[in-house]
Amino acid sequence: MGKSVIDVLVEYWPIFLKGLAGTLKYAFIAVTLGSVLGAAVAFVQLSKNKFISFIASVYVNVLRGTPLLVQMYISYYFLPMAIPALNRIDKVYFVMLALTLNSSAYVAEIIRGGIGSVDPGQTEAARSLGLTKSQTMLRIILPQAVKNILPALGNEYIAMIKETSLAGTFMLYELMYTRTILANKYLVWQPQLIIAGIYLVVTLVLSFGVKKMEKRLSVSD
Amino acid sequence: MTENRIPLIETIDLKKNFGKLEVLKGISEKIFRGEVVSIIGPSGGGKSTFLRCLNLLETPTSGKVLFEGAELNEKSTDLNLHRQRIGMVFQQFNVFPHLKVIDNITIAPVMTKKYTKAEAEAKALALLETVGLADKALEYPRKLSGGQKQRLAIVRALAMEPEVMLFDEPTSALDPEMVKGVLEVIQGLAESGMTCVIVTHEMGFAKKVSDRVLFIDGGVIAESGTPEEIFEHPQNPRTKEFLAQVL
Repeated sequence: MGKSVIDVLVEYWPIFLKGLAGTLKYAFIAVTLGSVLGAAVAFVQLSKNKFISFIASVYVNVLRGTPLLVQMYISYYFLPMAIPALNRIDKVYFVMLALTLNSSAYVAEIIRGGIGSVDPGQTEAARSLGLTKSQTMLRIILPQAVKNILPALGNEYIAMIKETSLAGTFMLYELMYTRTILANKYLVWQPQLIIAGIYLVVTLVLSFGVKKMEKRLSVSD
Repeated sequence: MTENRIPLIETIDLKKNFGKLEVLKGISEKIFRGEVVSIIGPSGGGKSTFLRCLNLLETPTSGKVLFEGAELNEKSTDLNLHRQRIGMVFQQFNVFPHLKVIDNITIAPVMTKKYTKAEAEAKALALLETVGLADKALEYPRKLSGGQKQRLAIVRALAMEPEVMLFDEPTSALDPEMVKGVLEVIQGLAESGMTCVIVTHEMGFAKKVSDRVLFIDGGVIAESGTPEEIFEHPQNPRTKEFLAQVL
Protein backbone atom coordinates (compact mmCIF):
# COMPACT_ATOMS: atom_id res chain seq x y z
CA MET A 1 0.00 0.00 0.00
CA GLY A 2 2.84 2.40 0.82
CA LYS A 3 2.07 6.06 1.48
CA SER A 4 -1.34 7.36 2.50
CA VAL A 5 -3.34 9.87 0.48
CA ILE A 6 -2.50 12.55 3.03
CA ASP A 7 1.22 11.78 2.78
CA VAL A 8 1.12 12.11 -1.00
CA LEU A 9 -0.89 15.32 -0.87
CA VAL A 10 1.46 16.90 1.65
CA GLU A 11 4.55 15.85 -0.26
CA TYR A 12 3.43 16.63 -3.82
CA TRP A 13 0.86 19.44 -3.44
CA PRO A 14 2.74 21.82 -5.74
CA ILE A 15 2.35 19.29 -8.56
CA PHE A 16 -1.40 19.02 -8.00
CA LEU A 17 -1.72 22.78 -7.73
CA LYS A 18 0.11 23.26 -11.01
CA GLY A 19 -2.12 20.63 -12.58
CA LEU A 20 -5.26 22.36 -11.30
CA ALA A 21 -4.00 25.68 -12.64
CA GLY A 22 -3.48 24.05 -16.02
CA THR A 23 -6.96 22.54 -15.99
CA LEU A 24 -8.61 25.85 -15.11
CA LYS A 25 -6.52 27.69 -17.67
CA TYR A 26 -7.22 25.31 -20.55
CA ALA A 27 -10.92 25.12 -19.74
CA PHE A 28 -11.13 28.89 -19.52
CA ILE A 29 -9.36 29.45 -22.83
CA ALA A 30 -11.47 26.80 -24.58
CA VAL A 31 -14.78 28.17 -23.30
CA THR A 32 -13.83 31.81 -23.91
CA LEU A 33 -12.65 31.28 -27.47
CA GLY A 34 -15.43 28.73 -27.93
CA SER A 35 -17.97 31.35 -26.86
CA VAL A 36 -16.82 33.84 -29.45
CA LEU A 37 -16.84 31.22 -32.16
CA GLY A 38 -20.05 29.66 -30.85
CA ALA A 39 -21.84 33.02 -30.90
CA ALA A 40 -20.88 33.44 -34.54
CA VAL A 41 -22.09 29.92 -35.32
CA ALA A 42 -25.38 30.53 -33.49
CA PHE A 43 -26.10 33.67 -35.52
CA VAL A 44 -25.26 31.89 -38.73
CA GLN A 45 -27.65 29.13 -37.68
CA LEU A 46 -30.38 31.71 -37.09
CA SER A 47 -29.81 33.27 -40.48
CA LYS A 48 -32.54 33.25 -43.06
CA ASN A 49 -30.19 31.84 -45.68
CA LYS A 50 -31.08 28.15 -45.60
CA PHE A 51 -27.77 27.01 -47.04
CA ILE A 52 -25.39 28.70 -44.60
CA SER A 53 -27.62 27.90 -41.63
CA PHE A 54 -27.50 24.27 -42.78
CA ILE A 55 -23.69 24.35 -42.87
CA ALA A 56 -23.66 25.73 -39.32
CA SER A 57 -26.00 22.95 -38.17
CA VAL A 58 -23.72 20.33 -39.70
CA TYR A 59 -20.76 21.89 -37.85
CA VAL A 60 -22.63 21.75 -34.54
CA ASN A 61 -23.92 18.23 -35.07
CA VAL A 62 -20.56 16.78 -36.08
CA LEU A 63 -18.77 18.30 -33.08
CA ARG A 64 -21.49 17.27 -30.65
CA GLY A 65 -22.01 13.89 -32.21
CA THR A 66 -18.40 12.67 -32.04
CA PRO A 67 -16.29 12.09 -28.90
CA LEU A 68 -13.92 14.85 -27.88
CA LEU A 69 -11.10 12.33 -27.60
CA VAL A 70 -11.55 11.40 -31.26
CA GLN A 71 -11.56 15.09 -32.20
CA MET A 72 -8.32 15.53 -30.25
CA TYR A 73 -6.66 12.64 -32.05
CA ILE A 74 -7.68 14.03 -35.41
CA SER A 75 -6.44 17.48 -34.51
CA TYR A 76 -3.22 16.28 -32.84
CA TYR A 77 -2.08 13.61 -35.28
CA PHE A 78 -4.02 13.97 -38.48
CA LEU A 79 -3.88 17.74 -39.04
CA PRO A 80 -0.04 18.04 -38.95
CA MET A 81 0.16 14.94 -41.11
CA ALA A 82 -2.21 16.35 -43.69
CA ILE A 83 -0.58 19.79 -43.68
CA PRO A 84 3.15 19.37 -42.95
CA ALA A 85 3.69 23.11 -42.54
CA LEU A 86 1.73 22.86 -39.30
CA ASN A 87 4.50 20.79 -37.71
CA ARG A 88 6.32 23.96 -36.75
CA ILE A 89 3.51 24.87 -34.37
CA ASP A 90 3.55 23.77 -30.74
CA LYS A 91 1.45 20.63 -30.30
CA VAL A 92 -0.40 22.26 -27.40
CA TYR A 93 -2.31 24.34 -29.90
CA PHE A 94 -3.74 21.30 -31.62
CA VAL A 95 -5.22 20.05 -28.39
CA MET A 96 -6.56 23.53 -27.65
CA LEU A 97 -8.05 23.66 -31.13
CA ALA A 98 -10.05 20.51 -30.49
CA LEU A 99 -11.18 21.76 -27.08
CA THR A 100 -12.19 25.15 -28.49
CA LEU A 101 -14.08 23.83 -31.49
CA ASN A 102 -15.84 21.28 -29.32
CA SER A 103 -16.84 23.96 -26.85
CA SER A 104 -18.00 26.30 -29.63
CA ALA A 105 -20.57 23.73 -30.76
CA TYR A 106 -22.06 23.48 -27.28
CA VAL A 107 -21.98 27.25 -26.83
CA ALA A 108 -23.72 27.72 -30.19
CA GLU A 109 -26.58 25.57 -28.93
CA ILE A 110 -26.63 27.45 -25.62
CA ILE A 111 -26.91 30.80 -27.40
CA ARG A 112 -29.47 29.58 -29.89
CA GLY A 113 -31.51 28.11 -27.05
CA GLY A 114 -31.19 31.31 -25.03
CA ILE A 115 -32.43 33.43 -27.90
CA GLY A 116 -35.18 30.93 -28.68
CA SER A 117 -36.40 31.05 -25.09
CA VAL A 118 -37.38 34.72 -25.38
CA ASP A 119 -41.09 35.13 -26.06
CA PRO A 120 -41.69 35.78 -29.79
CA GLY A 121 -44.12 38.49 -28.68
CA GLN A 122 -41.08 40.56 -27.70
CA THR A 123 -39.83 40.54 -31.28
CA GLU A 124 -43.30 41.33 -32.58
CA ALA A 125 -43.68 44.27 -30.21
CA ALA A 126 -40.26 45.66 -31.13
CA ARG A 127 -40.77 45.25 -34.86
CA SER A 128 -44.26 46.75 -34.67
CA LEU A 129 -42.68 49.88 -33.20
CA GLY A 130 -40.48 50.14 -36.27
CA LEU A 131 -37.22 48.86 -34.80
CA THR A 132 -35.03 47.03 -37.28
CA LYS A 133 -34.12 43.39 -36.98
CA SER A 134 -30.67 44.12 -35.55
CA GLN A 135 -31.95 46.79 -33.14
CA THR A 136 -34.51 44.28 -31.91
CA MET A 137 -31.86 41.61 -31.44
CA LEU A 138 -29.39 43.90 -29.65
CA ARG A 139 -31.75 45.91 -27.47
CA ILE A 140 -34.69 43.60 -26.82
CA ILE A 141 -33.84 39.94 -27.38
CA LEU A 142 -30.20 39.54 -26.31
CA PRO A 143 -30.55 41.38 -22.97
CA GLN A 144 -33.32 38.95 -22.08
CA ALA A 145 -31.54 35.90 -23.52
CA VAL A 146 -28.42 36.63 -21.46
CA LYS A 147 -30.29 35.51 -18.36
CA ASN A 148 -30.46 32.01 -19.77
CA ILE A 149 -27.15 32.10 -21.58
CA LEU A 150 -24.81 33.12 -18.74
CA PRO A 151 -25.65 30.30 -16.30
CA ALA A 152 -25.50 27.79 -19.16
CA LEU A 153 -22.05 29.11 -20.09
CA GLY A 154 -21.03 28.61 -16.46
CA ASN A 155 -22.16 25.01 -16.72
CA GLU A 156 -20.26 24.63 -19.98
CA TYR A 157 -17.13 25.81 -18.17
CA ILE A 158 -17.72 23.21 -15.46
CA ALA A 159 -18.20 20.51 -18.08
CA MET A 160 -15.03 21.66 -19.86
CA ILE A 161 -13.04 21.40 -16.63
CA LYS A 162 -13.81 17.70 -16.68
CA GLU A 163 -13.28 17.38 -20.43
CA THR A 164 -9.77 18.85 -20.27
CA SER A 165 -8.76 15.70 -18.39
CA LEU A 166 -8.43 14.17 -21.85
CA ALA A 167 -5.69 16.68 -22.66
CA GLY A 168 -3.40 14.87 -20.23
CA THR A 169 -3.30 12.06 -22.77
CA PHE A 170 -1.44 14.50 -25.03
CA MET A 171 1.03 15.56 -22.33
CA LEU A 172 -0.56 18.89 -21.54
CA TYR A 173 0.18 19.78 -17.94
CA GLU A 174 -3.22 19.67 -16.33
CA LEU A 175 -4.71 17.87 -13.35
CA MET A 176 -4.94 14.46 -14.98
CA TYR A 177 -1.35 14.71 -16.15
CA THR A 178 -0.16 14.70 -12.51
CA ARG A 179 -1.19 11.05 -12.50
CA THR A 180 1.42 10.32 -15.16
CA ILE A 181 4.10 12.26 -13.29
CA LEU A 182 3.48 10.51 -10.01
CA ALA A 183 3.15 7.10 -11.63
CA ASN A 184 6.83 7.45 -12.40
CA LYS A 185 7.40 7.57 -8.64
CA TYR A 186 5.38 4.36 -8.24
CA LEU A 187 2.41 6.24 -6.83
CA VAL A 188 -0.77 5.08 -8.55
CA TRP A 189 -3.92 4.90 -6.47
CA GLN A 190 -3.28 7.87 -4.15
CA PRO A 191 -2.96 10.46 -6.95
CA GLN A 192 -6.10 9.13 -8.58
CA LEU A 193 -8.18 9.65 -5.45
CA ILE A 194 -6.67 13.08 -4.91
CA ILE A 195 -7.38 14.09 -8.51
CA ALA A 196 -10.99 12.89 -8.23
CA GLY A 197 -11.35 14.86 -4.99
CA ILE A 198 -9.98 18.05 -6.53
CA TYR A 199 -12.29 17.79 -9.57
CA LEU A 200 -15.25 17.22 -7.27
CA VAL A 201 -14.51 20.17 -5.01
CA VAL A 202 -13.89 22.52 -7.92
CA THR A 203 -17.02 21.54 -9.84
CA LEU A 204 -19.20 21.65 -6.72
CA VAL A 205 -17.95 25.11 -5.81
CA LEU A 206 -18.45 26.39 -9.35
CA SER A 207 -21.93 24.78 -9.57
CA PHE A 208 -22.86 26.60 -6.40
CA GLY A 209 -21.66 29.84 -8.00
CA VAL A 210 -23.71 29.20 -11.13
CA LYS A 211 -26.83 28.54 -9.04
CA LYS A 212 -26.32 31.86 -7.25
CA MET A 213 -25.88 33.67 -10.56
CA GLU A 214 -29.04 32.03 -11.90
CA LYS A 215 -31.02 33.26 -8.91
CA ARG A 216 -29.69 36.77 -9.24
CA LEU A 217 -30.42 36.99 -12.94
CA SER A 218 -33.96 35.72 -12.58
CA VAL A 219 -34.90 38.50 -10.16
CA SER A 220 -36.15 40.75 -12.96
CA ASP A 221 -38.83 38.24 -14.04
CA MET B 1 -67.51 57.92 -45.69
CA THR B 2 -66.95 59.28 -49.14
CA GLU B 3 -65.25 56.77 -51.39
CA ASN B 4 -63.05 59.23 -53.26
CA ARG B 5 -60.80 59.99 -50.27
CA ILE B 6 -57.54 58.05 -50.00
CA PRO B 7 -57.96 55.41 -47.33
CA LEU B 8 -55.37 55.28 -44.54
CA ILE B 9 -55.26 51.51 -44.82
CA GLU B 10 -56.52 49.44 -47.68
CA THR B 11 -56.35 45.73 -48.32
CA ILE B 12 -56.96 44.29 -51.75
CA ASP B 13 -57.94 40.64 -52.06
CA LEU B 14 -55.79 39.78 -49.04
CA LYS B 15 -55.14 36.07 -48.62
CA LYS B 16 -53.13 34.25 -46.01
CA ASN B 17 -52.42 30.55 -45.74
CA PHE B 18 -50.69 28.76 -42.90
CA GLY B 19 -49.45 25.68 -44.69
CA LYS B 20 -52.54 24.18 -46.25
CA LEU B 21 -54.90 26.07 -43.99
CA GLU B 22 -56.54 29.05 -45.70
CA VAL B 23 -57.03 31.58 -42.93
CA LEU B 24 -57.86 34.65 -45.03
CA LYS B 25 -59.68 34.00 -48.26
CA GLY B 26 -59.57 37.38 -49.95
CA ILE B 27 -60.34 40.47 -47.90
CA SER B 28 -60.74 43.85 -49.57
CA GLU B 29 -61.40 46.63 -47.12
CA LYS B 30 -60.72 50.33 -46.63
CA ILE B 31 -60.11 52.07 -43.36
CA PHE B 32 -60.20 55.86 -43.38
CA ARG B 33 -58.43 58.40 -41.21
CA GLY B 34 -60.28 59.02 -37.95
CA GLU B 35 -62.38 55.89 -38.24
CA VAL B 36 -62.83 53.50 -35.34
CA VAL B 37 -63.35 50.02 -36.72
CA SER B 38 -64.06 47.02 -34.54
CA ILE B 39 -63.53 43.50 -35.80
CA ILE B 40 -65.65 40.78 -34.24
CA GLY B 41 -66.19 37.14 -35.05
CA PRO B 42 -65.63 33.60 -33.83
CA SER B 43 -62.20 32.32 -32.77
CA GLY B 44 -60.20 30.98 -35.68
CA GLY B 45 -62.19 33.04 -38.14
CA GLY B 46 -59.18 35.09 -39.18
CA LYS B 47 -59.73 38.41 -37.41
CA SER B 48 -56.36 38.51 -35.61
CA THR B 49 -54.57 37.31 -38.73
CA PHE B 50 -56.23 40.10 -40.71
CA LEU B 51 -55.10 42.69 -38.15
CA ARG B 52 -51.57 41.30 -38.08
CA CYS B 53 -51.41 41.56 -41.86
CA LEU B 54 -52.04 45.30 -41.64
CA ASN B 55 -48.51 45.95 -40.32
CA LEU B 56 -47.12 42.84 -41.94
CA LEU B 57 -46.41 40.93 -38.74
CA GLU B 58 -47.93 38.25 -40.92
CA THR B 59 -46.79 38.27 -44.52
CA PRO B 60 -49.80 37.90 -46.80
CA THR B 61 -49.76 34.93 -49.13
CA SER B 62 -51.24 37.12 -51.86
CA GLY B 63 -53.05 40.41 -52.24
CA LYS B 64 -51.99 43.88 -51.20
CA VAL B 65 -51.79 45.94 -48.04
CA LEU B 66 -51.66 49.68 -48.69
CA PHE B 67 -50.79 52.20 -46.00
CA GLU B 68 -51.38 55.79 -47.11
CA GLY B 69 -51.24 54.46 -50.64
CA ALA B 70 -47.84 52.75 -50.24
CA GLU B 71 -47.76 49.04 -50.85
CA LEU B 72 -46.37 47.47 -47.68
CA ASN B 73 -45.83 43.95 -48.98
CA GLU B 74 -43.60 45.16 -51.77
CA LYS B 75 -39.90 44.40 -51.52
CA SER B 76 -38.73 47.96 -52.15
CA THR B 77 -40.91 49.44 -49.40
CA ASP B 78 -39.10 50.43 -46.20
CA LEU B 79 -41.39 48.54 -43.88
CA ASN B 80 -39.72 49.78 -40.68
CA LEU B 81 -40.45 53.36 -41.62
CA HIS B 82 -44.14 52.61 -42.10
CA ARG B 83 -44.36 50.48 -38.99
CA GLN B 84 -43.19 53.48 -36.96
CA ARG B 85 -46.52 55.06 -37.87
CA ILE B 86 -48.71 52.03 -37.18
CA GLY B 87 -49.07 51.40 -33.45
CA MET B 88 -49.97 47.96 -32.21
CA VAL B 89 -51.23 46.63 -28.91
CA PHE B 90 -51.14 42.91 -28.18
CA GLN B 91 -53.29 40.56 -26.17
CA GLN B 92 -50.27 39.53 -24.06
CA PHE B 93 -49.06 43.16 -23.65
CA ASN B 94 -45.49 42.25 -24.70
CA VAL B 95 -43.97 44.97 -22.56
CA PHE B 96 -40.17 44.73 -22.36
CA PRO B 97 -39.45 43.16 -18.96
CA HIS B 98 -35.77 44.14 -18.89
CA LEU B 99 -36.52 47.85 -19.31
CA LYS B 100 -37.96 50.28 -16.81
CA VAL B 101 -41.43 51.58 -17.58
CA ILE B 102 -40.10 54.85 -18.97
CA ASP B 103 -37.47 53.09 -21.08
CA ASN B 104 -40.16 50.82 -22.52
CA ILE B 105 -41.69 53.99 -23.92
CA THR B 106 -38.57 55.87 -25.00
CA ILE B 107 -36.66 53.03 -26.65
CA ALA B 108 -38.46 53.20 -29.99
CA PRO B 109 -38.53 57.01 -30.43
CA VAL B 110 -34.85 57.21 -29.45
CA MET B 111 -33.64 54.23 -31.51
CA THR B 112 -35.51 55.44 -34.59
CA LYS B 113 -34.11 58.95 -34.01
CA LYS B 114 -37.56 60.44 -33.83
CA TYR B 115 -36.67 62.25 -30.61
CA THR B 116 -33.61 62.83 -28.46
CA LYS B 117 -33.50 60.96 -25.19
CA ALA B 118 -34.50 64.05 -23.21
CA GLU B 119 -37.41 64.88 -25.50
CA ALA B 120 -38.59 61.29 -25.51
CA GLU B 121 -38.47 61.13 -21.71
CA ALA B 122 -40.47 64.32 -21.31
CA LYS B 123 -43.06 62.99 -23.72
CA ALA B 124 -43.11 59.59 -22.04
CA LEU B 125 -43.81 61.14 -18.66
CA ALA B 126 -46.67 63.15 -20.11
CA LEU B 127 -48.10 60.01 -21.69
CA LEU B 128 -47.76 58.04 -18.45
CA GLU B 129 -49.63 60.84 -16.73
CA THR B 130 -52.58 60.40 -19.10
CA VAL B 131 -52.93 56.71 -18.17
CA GLY B 132 -52.30 57.14 -14.45
CA LEU B 133 -48.87 55.51 -14.40
CA ALA B 134 -46.63 58.52 -13.84
CA ASP B 135 -45.58 57.23 -10.40
CA LYS B 136 -44.43 53.94 -11.97
CA ALA B 137 -42.01 55.49 -14.47
CA LEU B 138 -38.90 54.12 -12.77
CA GLU B 139 -40.31 50.69 -11.90
CA TYR B 140 -39.77 47.54 -13.89
CA PRO B 141 -42.86 46.09 -15.57
CA ARG B 142 -42.90 43.11 -13.19
CA LYS B 143 -44.27 45.48 -10.56
CA LEU B 144 -47.29 46.34 -12.69
CA SER B 145 -50.66 44.63 -12.80
CA GLY B 146 -51.98 43.26 -16.08
CA GLY B 147 -54.11 46.33 -16.66
CA GLN B 148 -51.17 48.62 -15.96
CA LYS B 149 -48.97 46.64 -18.33
CA GLN B 150 -51.53 47.01 -21.08
CA ARG B 151 -51.85 50.74 -20.49
CA LEU B 152 -48.05 50.92 -20.65
CA ALA B 153 -48.14 49.00 -23.94
CA ILE B 154 -50.67 51.48 -25.31
CA VAL B 155 -48.59 54.55 -24.46
CA ARG B 156 -45.46 52.81 -25.71
CA ALA B 157 -47.15 52.60 -29.11
CA LEU B 158 -48.47 56.16 -28.83
CA ALA B 159 -44.96 57.50 -28.17
CA MET B 160 -44.23 56.94 -31.86
CA GLU B 161 -47.15 59.24 -32.69
CA PRO B 162 -48.73 56.72 -35.03
CA GLU B 163 -51.38 57.44 -37.62
CA VAL B 164 -53.36 54.41 -36.59
CA MET B 165 -53.56 52.06 -33.62
CA LEU B 166 -54.16 48.35 -34.05
CA PHE B 167 -55.54 46.51 -31.03
CA ASP B 168 -55.38 42.72 -30.99
CA GLU B 169 -57.84 41.57 -28.33
CA PRO B 170 -56.39 44.07 -25.85
CA THR B 171 -58.45 42.96 -22.86
CA SER B 172 -58.66 39.20 -23.41
CA ALA B 173 -55.75 38.38 -21.12
CA LEU B 174 -56.86 40.71 -18.34
CA ASP B 175 -58.53 39.93 -15.04
CA PRO B 176 -62.12 41.19 -15.21
CA GLU B 177 -61.53 44.07 -12.82
CA MET B 178 -58.72 45.38 -15.04
CA VAL B 179 -60.73 45.50 -18.25
CA LYS B 180 -62.56 48.75 -17.63
CA GLY B 181 -59.45 50.87 -17.12
CA VAL B 182 -57.92 49.67 -20.38
CA LEU B 183 -61.14 50.13 -22.35
CA GLU B 184 -61.42 53.67 -21.03
CA VAL B 185 -57.98 54.48 -22.37
CA ILE B 186 -58.86 53.06 -25.79
CA GLN B 187 -62.17 54.90 -25.80
CA GLY B 188 -60.39 58.14 -24.95
CA LEU B 189 -58.07 57.60 -27.90
CA ALA B 190 -60.95 56.80 -30.21
CA GLU B 191 -62.77 59.96 -29.14
CA SER B 192 -59.64 62.06 -29.65
CA GLY B 193 -59.80 61.21 -33.34
CA MET B 194 -57.15 58.48 -33.48
CA THR B 195 -57.81 55.93 -36.18
CA CYS B 196 -58.32 52.61 -34.41
CA VAL B 197 -58.76 49.05 -35.58
CA ILE B 198 -59.81 46.87 -32.70
CA VAL B 199 -60.16 43.09 -32.66
CA THR B 200 -62.34 42.46 -29.64
CA HIS B 201 -64.69 40.15 -27.83
CA GLU B 202 -66.14 43.04 -25.84
CA MET B 203 -69.37 43.52 -27.78
CA GLY B 204 -70.69 46.29 -25.57
CA PHE B 205 -67.48 48.20 -26.08
CA ALA B 206 -67.46 47.63 -29.84
CA LYS B 207 -71.00 48.91 -30.01
CA LYS B 208 -70.17 51.99 -27.98
CA VAL B 209 -66.96 53.22 -29.63
CA SER B 210 -67.06 52.01 -33.22
CA ASP B 211 -67.96 53.88 -36.35
CA ARG B 212 -68.01 50.61 -38.16
CA VAL B 213 -68.02 46.93 -37.25
CA LEU B 214 -66.60 44.12 -39.37
CA PHE B 215 -67.80 40.59 -38.76
CA ILE B 216 -65.04 38.23 -39.93
CA ASP B 217 -65.84 34.54 -40.16
CA GLY B 218 -64.33 31.76 -42.26
CA GLY B 219 -61.60 34.04 -43.59
CA VAL B 220 -63.88 36.65 -45.14
CA ILE B 221 -65.72 39.76 -44.00
CA ALA B 222 -69.10 38.14 -43.72
CA GLU B 223 -70.83 41.39 -42.85
CA SER B 224 -69.92 44.99 -42.15
CA GLY B 225 -71.86 48.04 -41.11
CA THR B 226 -72.52 50.55 -38.37
CA PRO B 227 -72.74 49.15 -34.85
CA GLU B 228 -76.47 49.56 -35.08
CA GLU B 229 -76.70 47.63 -38.34
CA ILE B 230 -74.54 44.78 -37.07
CA PHE B 231 -75.80 44.49 -33.52
CA GLU B 232 -79.47 45.46 -33.98
CA HIS B 233 -80.29 44.32 -37.50
CA PRO B 234 -77.76 41.73 -38.64
CA GLN B 235 -78.50 40.43 -42.13
CA ASN B 236 -76.14 37.48 -42.49
CA PRO B 237 -77.40 34.34 -40.70
CA ARG B 238 -73.83 33.68 -39.48
CA THR B 239 -73.73 37.10 -37.83
CA LYS B 240 -77.05 36.42 -36.18
CA GLU B 241 -75.87 33.05 -34.93
CA PHE B 242 -72.61 34.47 -33.60
CA LEU B 243 -74.31 37.36 -31.82
CA ALA B 244 -76.92 35.04 -30.35
CA GLN B 245 -74.08 33.05 -28.80
CA VAL B 246 -72.08 35.93 -27.38
CA LEU B 247 -74.73 38.42 -26.32
